[in-house]
Amino acid sequence: MAAPLVLVLLVAVTVRAVLYRSSLAGLISERVEVASPLNAWKRVVEGLALLDLGVSPYSGDVFHETPLVIYLFHFLIDYAELVFMITDMLTAVALYLAVQDYNKVLFKKQKLLIELDKYAPDVAELIRTPMEMHYIPLKVALFYLLNPYTVMSCIAKSTCAINNTVIAFFILATIKGSAFLSAVFLALATYQSLYPLTLFAPALLYLLQRQFIPVKMKNKDFWFYTVQYAGLYLGSLLVIICLSFFLLNSWDFIPSVYGFILSVPDLTPNVGLFWYFFAEMFEHFSLFFVCVFQINVFFYTIPLAVKLKEHPVFFMFVQLAIISIFKSYPTVGDIALYMAFLPLWSHLYRFLRNIFILSCVLIVCSVLFPVLWHLWIYAGSANSNFYYAITLTFNVGQILLISDYFYAFLQREYYLTHGLYLTRKDGTEAMLVLK
Amino acid sequence: MSENSMGLTMVEEQFVYGERALSYAREFAGHKKKAGGMPVAWLEKTMWNLGLEVYKQSFARTLPFPDELRERYMVKGTNVYGILRAPRAASTESLVLSVPCSQGQQNNQAVGLMLALASYFRGQIYWAKDIIFLVNEHDLVGMEAWLEAYHNVNVTEIQSSGMLGRAGAIQAAVSLELSSDVITSFDLAVEGLNGQLPNLDLVNLFYAFCQKSNLLCTIQGKLQRSDWDSLPAYLHSLQTLLLMVLKQGSGRPQGDHGLFLRYHIEAVTVRGINSFRQYKYDMGAVGKTLEGMFRKLNNLLERLHQSYFFYLLPSLSRFVSIGVYMPAFGFLILILVLKALDLWMKLSRCDVDPADQSCDGGPMAAEEPRPSLLPLVPPLLICHATGLALYFVPILGQHMATQHFPVSESEAVVLTVIAIYVAGLALPHNTHRVLTGAGSDRGWMMLKLLSLLYLAIQLGCIALINFSLGFLLAVTMVPVAAAVQPTGPKALQAVLLVLVTPAATLLFGIFLYHELIEYPISVLEGWQRFLQAIAEGLLDHHLYGSVVFPFVALFVYPCWLLLWNVLFWK
Repeated sequence: MAAPLVLVLLVAVTVRAVLYRSSLAGLISERVEVASPLNAWKRVVEGLALLDLGVSPYSGDVFHETPLVIYLFHFLIDYAELVFMITDMLTAVALYLAVQDYNKVLFKKQKLLIELDKYAPDVAELIRTPMEMHYIPLKVALFYLLNPYTVMSCIAKSTCAINNTVIAFFILATIKGSAFLSAVFLALATYQSLYPLTLFAPALLYLLQRQFIPVKMKNKDFWFYTVQYAGLYLGSLLVIICLSFFLLNSWDFIPSVYGFILSVPDLTPNVGLFWYFFAEMFEHFSLFFVCVFQINVFFYTIPLAVKLKEHPVFFMFVQLAIISIFKSYPTVGDIALYMAFLPLWSHLYRFLRNIFILSCVLIVCSVLFPVLWHLWIYAGSANSNFYYAITLTFNVGQILLISDYFYAFLQREYYLTHGLYLTRKDGTEAMLVLK
Repeated sequence: MSENSMGLTMVEEQFVYGERALSYAREFAGHKKKAGGMPVAWLEKTMWNLGLEVYKQSFARTLPFPDELRERYMVKGTNVYGILRAPRAASTESLVLSVPCSQGQQNNQAVGLMLALASYFRGQIYWAKDIIFLVNEHDLVGMEAWLEAYHNVNVTEIQSSGMLGRAGAIQAAVSLELSSDVITSFDLAVEGLNGQLPNLDLVNLFYAFCQKSNLLCTIQGKLQRSDWDSLPAYLHSLQTLLLMVLKQGSGRPQGDHGLFLRYHIEAVTVRGINSFRQYKYDMGAVGKTLEGMFRKLNNLLERLHQSYFFYLLPSLSRFVSIGVYMPAFGFLILILVLKALDLWMKLSRCDVDPADQSCDGGPMAAEEPRPSLLPLVPPLLICHATGLALYFVPILGQHMATQHFPVSESEAVVLTVIAIYVAGLALPHNTHRVLTGAGSDRGWMMLKLLSLLYLAIQLGCIALINFSLGFLLAVTMVPVAAAVQPTGPKALQAVLLVLVTPAATLLFGIFLYHELIEYPISVLEGWQRFLQAIAEGLLDHHLYGSVVFPFVALFVYPCWLLLWNVLFWK
């Protein structure tokens, strides 16, 4: 299995190397869909220049990356292209290993449940075989590396790639069952972009499941483990933040990074939902609506945790998608990360209802972004409403895609336990309606 | 008119220098003849004497291949412009009046009128925006050089000297073309590069002043009929509309104004026409109209933005807005989407029930239960490689072609384009050798599904940028694209498919155009025009950045080849 992975990596490196040398690189790195105010390479370079001059990089309201990233590039600035290629490769390999491991776990669980006779008798066609699961890790790596979104964000040297790597390592550590590494990487991811904080819940659920600790309020082990994991997480977060403080000798980065993420002062258009809304709003309402908008990311975590208690990895996927849709400065690089997981759920394909239309919508929107941007900014014949309409469609498409997967997942679980051919009490064929 | 600051009753025109315009024109003609080109020194001196700040800008451009129609290859020239500084403002905004200095006796009167207007404007105190009077050499090439230098960018490979004098952001521009001492009517050209249009308010402004001074004005050379609700009048409007669609779809600037639009400057070209009508207007009347327009533009508080940017004009006083024509186009695209959806349903039915004989050729299905995208990769790659060849080879290979064949460079380029285009038709036979085990029905269905969606996306995107181009391509390609399949009468389908390729559309477009301007041409002439149009398309792309040729070569043509592959799927 290693050979195809190496081949995929080689192809990905070639594509990136060619694009770095082409004239497209400059064009792509200017695109607002790829580079947000948080992670644009231009801003990192600006921050570095300030740092070299002995000024705080956060003075000037241009640079909003974290201190660790700027120190990373302080040493590696000459190899920036290489760094971004390597981070992409690392992400792909981490996802590959994680998915491989997860598939083994999944298969074992399925075997166990079959042996325990938990499944309905007529669901043979829903049972997954090692044959079809064999290529899934490779497909995941392929989906991540050759996804145009990933390629573009790598070419634009958006530091989003680094966030993705950290999250991928977090997923790998979680699935391998290492609570310590998982907590450390989760803390790093939170430190980088704040929102991965919500991934705490699925990670904890997964680790508990691995330790065979039931999620019950009265269970002492449960509380012990939760406190332990939370302690590890908060401890490493504290260490990282203090490290950043000692690097720069100031707390400037807290308002400049996290304040910037939470209060959304920069309304440059992007693929997200925030910019247009807050550009149109009267100033004195904005605090309230910032809260409303930000709460979206965190709001779904608890209901999802209750519903998907038994399936933490799917929960993690949904949560990643929610983050990339509702975060304040989303870029296509964030979307690429959760899209990499789609092959993992390929067995849900028969339950998906709108996959064709939704993928068409997403593709069309992606193509229309630059067209409408051109009409708005360069030709001056369209206006921001056109661009926002596409942004809105794009996000609605993503939300529908995720809910489609969500319902498909629940539907499959239901069928597995209740049998594929449901009958009503009077013996006629029944339809499953999910509400 | 939607713009509030351009209400009609606020200005009174008093331009009286008609005679002076004619004397300037005669003087200019004399100096032009003597200099054998643009009389730079004389223009500078005259403008200086009028009290303008005069600058010149020299430029040079080597064309990618010789332009046979205008007989030019290495272009060198000078633009001369004078700035009238506004007495009441700080040079932050400006207006442009540009006149191309063309070869022969063309446009002398336009230069004369421009100078007379400059001398008149100089004496007025109400200007709040600087006015730039520009004489550009080598029409569009000079215009592009001037605009690039003015905005300090270099998007084409033009070399030009830097620019010393500027006058703030240009708000609007009028390009004037006038070749006779008296005129019978004005013609207005709106279509710019890539089919971009100026704000409708500028068109309305022009129309309002023509009405005010009782000037006849036409669009696409067609006069508006007084009765508008009779059948012949509808047909007349339809002809005007079709002419506009064809011109806009070509993506060529229909006058010097066309290049301004790319820089977010609203601009139109006004042409004086001298025909056999009885009633003629002298320079005074023409000058008054322009004076009025400039005074109105001078009153602007913001860039023109109130009115429509997307419209089609069946006559000067009526327009079709985007809200009316886009749904119609949407329905055209819907055909493709619905057909694709139909194919998708068929494909997924095959998936669920692999034993279904109707969708798959029997035993093949059992061996390969899951659809694989792998067999689609070779046709996609090969079609796009052909597209890339179509785009790059003609220009790069022209020298080799002239060495080996007795043709000139521009002929070589055009013939290479046609050769590669036609060679693409032989592709299905070659791609099949690369394909392995793709003989199933599912193969062509997926390929067709893919190409239909691809086509729909392309047409949708181009219709937003250049509606007419998208519409022309959609009307021709969509029905056949939706219908094509490897079963059924192959010869008929092949003929239909060939008839709707973009090249054939161009050929029909040329005949239709000449039919509409009531100047029918023979088949041979049509062919000549066709070759010319290809060369012009390439030149437009390389000189000004028109997207029509690359769009067709890199996207539409490969997509059409995919459909061609579907037809010959084995």
